[in-house]
Amino acid sequence: MKKLYIQRYTDNQRINHWLVVVLFGLAGFSGLALFHPNLFFLTQFFGGPQWTRIVHPYFGIGVFLLFLLMFIGFWAANTWKRRDTEWLKASPELVLHDDEEKMPPVGKYNAGQKLVFWSMTLCLLVLLVTGLLFWQAWFAESVPIALQRVAVVLHALAAFIMSLTAVVHIYAAIWVKGTLRAMTQGNVSAGWAKRHHLLWYRDKMEGAQRDIQAERL
Amino acid sequence: MSSLQSLDIAARSATTTATPDARHNIPQVAKLIDVSSCIGCKACQVACMEWNDLRDDVGSCHGTYDNPVDLTPQSWTVMKFSEVEVTPGRLEWLIRKDGCMHCEDPGCLKACPAPGAIVKYANGIVDFISENCIGCGYCVKGCPFDVPRISTKDNKAYKCSLCADRVAVNQAPACAKACPTGAIRFGSKEDMLEYGGGRVAELKTRGYEKAAVYDPPGVSGTHVVYVLQHGDKPELYANLPKNPSISPMVALWKGLAKPVALATMIGAALVGFFHHMKMGPLEVPERDEEYVPDDQPNVVGVEDGSRTHVRDA
Ligand code: SF4
Ligand code: SF4
Repeated sequence: MKKLYIQRYTDNQRINHWLVVVLFGLAGFSGLALFHPNLFFLTQFFGGPQWTRIVHPYFGIGVFLLFLLMFIGFWAANTWKRRDTEWLKASPELVLHDDEEKMPPVGKYNAGQKLVFWSMTLCLLVLLVTGLLFWQAWFAESVPIALQRVAVVLHALAAFIMSLTAVVHIYAAIWVKGTLRAMTQGNVSAGWAKRHHLLWYRDKMEGAQRDIQAERL
Repeated sequence: MSSLQSLDIAARSATTTATPDARHNIPQVAKLIDVSSCIGCKACQVACMEWNDLRDDVGSCHGTYDNPVDLTPQSWTVMKFSEVEVTPGRLEWLIRKDGCMHCEDPGCLKACPAPGAIVKYANGIVDFISENCIGCGYCVKGCPFDVPRISTKDNKAYKCSLCADRVAVNQAPACAKACPTGAIRFGSKEDMLEYGGGRVAELKTRGYEKAAVYDPPGVSGTHVVYVLQHGDKPELYANLPKNPSISPMVALWKGLAKPVALATMIGAALVGFFHHMKMGPLEVPERDEEYVPDDQPNVVGVEDGSRTHVRDA
């Protein structure tokens, strides 16, 4: 029997996602190099300390713009619903016992994925605004020092939260088997969809039924 | 500036290991600026230019003697003239030589992310080692006195070095050498405080009851100290801060946040790793096409033993 696969992401969506990943990595590691002295060695990968300082903000702006594209495509599917709260309440069961039986059914995204999405969105906004405030080459001269001090702390905090979010996001993709192919091939198995995103699966199936019927007519 | 091997290093920016510490008993130095003896001739400003070979751009007159108006990458010390009426009807012209205070606990050094771009020598001098500077401007946020300036030409931070190169060969800073009234003195911090104490006592006999030596404890004291006629109101002197200390924002950012954030990030990755070790992946049942979710609130049984889904449970 042939296994059924359902499309989850288009080619462009995946290209967009991986571009965000690359720039996120560049911005993240160049930022870490300037955050903790023990990670200063990372500056080597960006052409040395001075170049790290120069390129970091541009990487950051790159992530922001590319994420903006992603945001436009995905925000609607990530709006918070009442059942997301219920899912979240039940989620410790899932994480601690690998037990999905008691989880309420979800649409295209579950509450965890939505939290990742909104955490990234919020952190990137904070990072952009605060980063501009103390960008020495362009704006820092005209920003009051007291404000810059608040900005550097918020910048570090947002970057920290974002890194944790990324760890959760990456791990979840590894943990939930069959997820990665959504981002590498663009599709997931029907079983994966039924198991993890029942409502989305049904929508897809109904849509397919309608298409078939429309074709017959 | 560059590193001076003859001066021992007490602290280096962005360095978590020990600094060279072979020599001990190095006396703390200080520069004493007696504002009450200053005539505002700017000989010190010129001496600083000459010794450090700096030439600032020609500016414009702002209607005051302040020229340039503020510190710049080419002007490491600037005379600031304040016209104040401390007692009504009695004009006082307070002239302060602005520049790096050489803090015992330097906020610039704390904030700097580049290893060895800022050093504090064992004698107390705080110096910028330009070849290590990356031009990020963090030192500006760290400094409680708003001293460092980043050049837009070479993206390096600049400020008064207390003539570390002269001090290394037993010379007084150029400004101290040039001052015609003896308002700038240089020596061991102990001597300077003692001399300053004498000046304060004398000022008190002349009616300046609040005269004091400015050696702010918030930064554990400075290696540039002032004698102020109005020691209770340092703000009168072109906004010299009353209780300067490293901002709590900078302390948080460069203190607790660094190790805690790093440890948490590494910890999160480890938690993920061990979760996987213990739980394994979350898998879809073997014959996933036939999989029907059990016990989910929106799934009900049907008579013939098969099950079906119900919309909108
Ligand atoms: S006054 Fe500013 S630049 Fe000078 S040592 Fe203190 S913190 Fe550093
Ligand atoms: S600009 Fe200041 S904080 Fe940044 S590397 Fe240079 S000295 Fe250090």
